[in-house]
Amino acid sequence: MTALTSTGTETATATATDPGTATGPAPMVQVRGLHKSFGALEVLRGVDLDVPAGSVTVVLGPSGSGKSTLLRAINHLEKLDRGYVAIDGELIGYRRSGDRLYELKEREVLRQRTGIGFVFQNFNLFPHLTVLENLVEAPIAALGRPRAEARARALALLERVGLADKSAAYPRQLSGGQQQRVAIARALALEPKVLLFDEPTSALDPELVGEVLDVIKDLARSGTTMVVVTHEIGFAREVADTVVFMDGGVVVEQGPPAEVLDRPQHERTRAFLAKVL
Amino acid sequence: MTVRSPSTAGAAGSLDTVSTVSTVSTESRLGTGSAGSPPPPPGPAPGLDPAELDGLRTVPARHPWRWAVGIAALVLLAQFAHGLVVNPGWDWATFRLFFTADTVLQAIGRTLELTAYGTVLGFALGAVVAAMRLSRSAILRTIAWAYVWVFRSIPLIVQLVFWFNLSYLYKRFGFGIPFGPTFGEFETVGVLGALGAAVLGLGLHQAAFAAEIIRGGIVAVDAGQREAAAALGIPRWRQGLRIVLPQAMRGILPAAANEVVSLLKGTSVVYVMAIGELFYQVQVIYGRTGRVVPLLMVATVWYVLLTTVLSIGQYYVERHFSRGARRTPPPTPLERLRAFLRSLPARTTGGNP
Repeated sequence: MTALTSTGTETATATATDPGTATGPAPMVQVRGLHKSFGALEVLRGVDLDVPAGSVTVVLGPSGSGKSTLLRAINHLEKLDRGYVAIDGELIGYRRSGDRLYELKEREVLRQRTGIGFVFQNFNLFPHLTVLENLVEAPIAALGRPRAEARARALALLERVGLADKSAAYPRQLSGGQQQRVAIARALALEPKVLLFDEPTSALDPELVGEVLDVIKDLARSGTTMVVVTHEIGFAREVADTVVFMDGGVVVEQGPPAEVLDRPQHERTRAFLAKVL
Repeated sequence: MTVRSPSTAGAAGSLDTVSTVSTVSTESRLGTGSAGSPPPPPGPAPGLDPAELDGLRTVPARHPWRWAVGIAALVLLAQFAHGLVVNPGWDWATFRLFFTADTVLQAIGRTLELTAYGTVLGFALGAVVAAMRLSRSAILRTIAWAYVWVFRSIPLIVQLVFWFNLSYLYKRFGFGIPFGPTFGEFETVGVLGALGAAVLGLGLHQAAFAAEIIRGGIVAVDAGQREAAAALGIPRWRQGLRIVLPQAMRGILPAAANEVVSLLKGTSVVYVMAIGELFYQVQVIYGRTGRVVPLLMVATVWYVLLTTVLSIGQYYVERHFSRGARRTPPPTPLERLRAFLRSLPARTTGGNP
């Protein structure tokens, strides 16, 4: 543990205010010393992050800062070079044996992913399946739920995102905002411990952004643990418990939205906010 | 025009004053400027009277040459059709005699049998080879690549003759541990008759092409689909069968249908192995009767009919796999025909106001 935290020296200021290191319940998502390179390009250069259960963490940062890679690393869509990710106390994608972390078999990783909901920028709904089939596919295939039970839960989720009447429609018959709401319902169908959003509104027309953010806000109020990568500063201010600002593959600063957004401590944060606000 | 003339005069006047002090090139440049029209003055465009144009009928452009060429083509076609009827060389009486003869129908059965076996074996093996080419194992990838390379390179007819002579190369074959003891042995000739050799040759040949077609379809599916399935924890085999393959089918089907049609016709090559399929049987008959052309027509018409049936099947299979690809599924030809018939009364009454 000491060896791992030493890799995060660059984020020492961040970890000082980190709620996860304070005494209290263990964080739902724990990221330590994450390194990831694509060839010669080092995208993550030692990222530490704690997401307490029931909290909403919004990750901001310029494009290329490693936000999406961090999110994808959390559910092991990207392999790690160094560091680890743990969710609810369980290492993700690796098991520890002695002083090494061995990558898990794909079957194990897939099982772990059922506890982690992921919402993509481009929705990635299955276009050849109806909305209802999109929602019941994973609960049946991955968790072995009975079809009737999966169906009932799917319909309840569609009701929750306001699309109860669209269960028989195909994704391409829906607007972008509706598709993203279906994608959120699909992620919720597995009853995940944590929901990850990768720029959920970036592919949407401006007038459709609101309906998707409303669904996410509703989830935030109901106490779902969430990590949201977004460019919506207003959403961050309103919903986030913690705002994390990333740049150059490290967490530059993090804290409550009022602190990070209104009284940023770092020049890079100020420069970024000046551009987007 | 009366509005414009003062401004033109003004431009010409200023031109005179400029040309007296400037070089020749400037003068000529400005000279062309004065020859062209000056910039239009602000306000409504003159010349067109809205009151005159109001309510005039428009007439589409005429295309006399389009009609001339079309009629010429029809005349040539009519000439050919006329020839089909009056030229005794076509010998339609013989055509009728053999078109539904028992030997011909049996031969069609054999042709369909070869096509079916070749398709099933070809696409089953092709799917395996495609999966190997897409696998994460470099060894499997290389073997699959080499398979496609070899079997795509050998002409089908060469391969068929080769399989036919397999018993020359391997007299017996058996099952057992590689390089170790054998549990059961068979005579190659007994197991692999002419038909077996033909099916094997057609299937192996077809598999190489099928593998590339299937791989092409799979590669064309958006990588985000597999990623979303993986993020949902869906087991890997189900990601392939339930998520990727149905979407890949849209890309695979047109090319696959092409392959089945070309296999149907390609079965005619096995006549070299004296298997009684359509083309072989037709040759036997015209070898006996000497009536080559009508019997070739028997084969031709049957091949066209069978291909037509396949094409219709292709349309409906493709329609099935296009679920969700369009906002509304396209109507079937039958639905289109019904819609047309329903619209007929409206059309006829609408035509005579």
